[in-house]
Amino acid sequence: MPNRISIRIDGELVQAERGQTIFEAAQANNRFIPGLCQFKGLSTVGACRLCVVEVQGVNRLLPSCTTPAQDGMAVITRSAKLNDYRRQALELLFAEKNHVCAVCVSNNHCELQAYAQRLGVTNVRYAYRYPRLKVDMSHPRFVIDHNRCVLCTRCVRVCNEVEGAYVWGVAGRGIGSRIACEMDRDWGKASACTNCGKCVQVCPTGALAEKGFAAEEMVKRQDLVERLATIRGTMNPGGSR
Amino acid sequence: MTKAPKARLATAWLDGCSGCHMSLLDVDELLLTLADRVTIVFGPLVDAQHFPESVDVALIEGAVSSQDDLRLAQTVRENSKFVIALGDCAVTSNVPSMRNSIAPTRLLERVYIAGADTQPGVPLENVPKLLRAAIPLHEVIKVDLHVPGCPPSAAAIAHVLTELLDGRKPDLSAVAKFG
Repeated sequence: MPNRISIRIDGELVQAERGQTIFEAAQANNRFIPGLCQFKGLSTVGACRLCVVEVQGVNRLLPSCTTPAQDGMAVITRSAKLNDYRRQALELLFAEKNHVCAVCVSNNHCELQAYAQRLGVTNVRYAYRYPRLKVDMSHPRFVIDHNRCVLCTRCVRVCNEVEGAYVWGVAGRGIGSRIACEMDRDWGKASACTNCGKCVQVCPTGALAEKGFAAEEMVKRQDLVERLATIRGTMNPGGSR
Repeated sequence: MTKAPKARLATAWLDGCSGCHMSLLDVDELLLTLADRVTIVFGPLVDAQHFPESVDVALIEGAVSSQDDLRLAQTVRENSKFVIALGDCAVTSNVPSMRNSIAPTRLLERVYIAGADTQPGVPLENVPKLLRAAIPLHEVIKVDLHVPGCPPSAAAIAHVLTELLDGRKPDLSAVAKFG
């Protein structure tokens, strides 16, 4: 079976590798698709819905990060309709928790904020929920602020798949979902945490941060984790590429 | 040559820190041009006690947090052609919203009784009643333009006012960021 396949992205015929997702195929051909939960080298979950695309012959939008590219597939990655749905997904993320950007450590270095700007969000059409959420400061070096979490689960995946510590998980269901440390204990009491900080670096917002930073000061170093994650990917066929 | 009649500009200060008004004053030499083209008819920058009728452009800073905020926002809307939510508090409710997960009664008791060194007691007279939550402006009135920023840059405010005075709809993508 040939390893190269042909797909049409936004009308143009491009080559992709068998086994690549639409997201990866688009990226390999220099086409940008937004994505908050996707992280190079980690498995994919399709949680954020920012990477949705139109696939010809399918009457609903598909997340490109979890949909395999198939030979002969025709994909639309940019359109007014997609922009509208992506903006809706973003606005719902803003309305779900308490994103007070002005006082956030990650202000101006935040992927959520950057996408809002890029996709033209000027206000949130949905009523904000203002849930009461915890800030866990019990870890000596790091802090998790659930108010700023978008539930992308990058932290969960990097801890499981790269560090192998399995500290993070998701507790609760639906609107009550939240990131939880081990069996829902304080981070400072985690028995498996190696204090490596990978979860902090991959977090797209200010939900996970190092202590000792004021507003706007936390800049994440994703390149290092991405390198570790991709090295591991080539050696361990169980994970993502 | 007869000059075009001046546009009537109003500003309002709801639950915010006045930083957006400071940013408005920070437009530097544009203030001279503005002085020729607009009359400020209401707001913290002028003396008017009552919101006037037929205002062309109204800039509202701050979240809607109390009964007074709500009434003022409604009055501004009723009497203004174009209403702008100025800054993050008006656009997203921002920092004022950090009280929203606590019921107002409990919040006031915590601050004015548990947190008081002397004379504990919740003030009840001459202060507006708090709403259950501090909310963005567009949740209570129709907003014609959102200008995010904490505060919006002077350049963003200058751009918005100049474009509106020239009869164009401002495009904020280059001068403002959300959140």
